[in-house]
Amino acid sequence: MGNGTRLGRVRGLGSAQHGSQHWLQQRLTALGNILLVTWFVVSLIRLPLTSYADVHRWASNPTAALALILLVVSVFWHLRLGLQVLIEDYVHGEATRLLALVLLNFYAIGGAAYGIFAIVRIALAPVALGPGGM
Amino acid sequence: MAVSILHRASGDGLAIVGALMFLWWLGAIAAGPDAYAAFVACVWHDPEAGTFHQITNILGKVVLIGLTWAFFQHLFSGLRHFVLDTGAGYELKTNKLWSLLVILGAVFATAATWLYLFAEALNG
Repeated sequence: MGNGTRLGRVRGLGSAQHGSQHWLQQRLTALGNILLVTWFVVSLIRLPLTSYADVHRWASNPTAALALILLVVSVFWHLRLGLQVLIEDYVHGEATRLLALVLLNFYAIGGAAYGIFAIVRIALAPVALGPGGM
Repeated sequence: MAVSILHRASGDGLAIVGALMFLWWLGAIAAGPDAYAAFVACVWHDPEAGTFHQITNILGKVVLIGLTWAFFQHLFSGLRHFVLDTGAGYELKTNKLWSLLVILGAVFATAATWLYLFAEALNG
C-alpha cells in the first residue's frame, strides 16, 4: 500500500472521522425534508383521514406516490444521520457504539424499504385485496 | 441553549415515534380497508369503543399533537440553523430573539393546526 498524497493521508481524519460529508448530507436532506414533509403535513390536514377510500385515492395518485417515495428516502436518510450523532454523543464504549450504529442502520434501511414497498403496493395493487394484507 | 436541546429532542421524537407512526399508517393503507379501519379505531376514534380503545384514542391524540409540535419545532429550528450556517445571527441579542421566536412559533403553529382540525371536525 502506497503512502498516497498528503491530502489523501489526512482526508477523513477530522473529529468525526469522515470529514464534511455527514454535515453536507444532513443539510441536503434537510432541504428535501422542508419541501416534502411540508407538502405531506398540509396534505394530511386537508385529507379526510378517517375515510379509507379518500386516503387510498390520494396515495395511489402517481404524483403523490412518487413524492411519498422521495419523502421516505429523504426522511430516513436524514434521521439516520441525526440519530447517528445522538449515538456518537451518548453511547460510549466501542463495541456498544458499533452495535447501536448497526441497529440504527437496520432501522433506517429496513424502515425505508418497508415504506417504499407499501407505497408501491398502494399505487399498483388491485383495489380489492384478499386476506393477508401488507 | 434550550432551542438546541429542543432541536435534538424533537428530531429524535420525529425519527422514532413519527417515523414508526408513518410506517404503521402506510402499511395499514396498503393492507386494505379493514386494516385501515383497525388503525383508525386504535389511534383516533372507535365507534364502539371498549376501554382499551378509549385509552389508545386519547394516547393517539396526545402523540399526534406532540408530533405536530415536534415537526414545527424541528422545522423552524432547522431554518434557524440554515441562517446560522451562513455566519449570520450570532450576536447575543439577535440569537436570543430568534431562539425565542422559534419556540413561540412552534407552539403557535401547533395550536393553530389543531384548532383548525377540531373546528373542521365539529362542523362536520
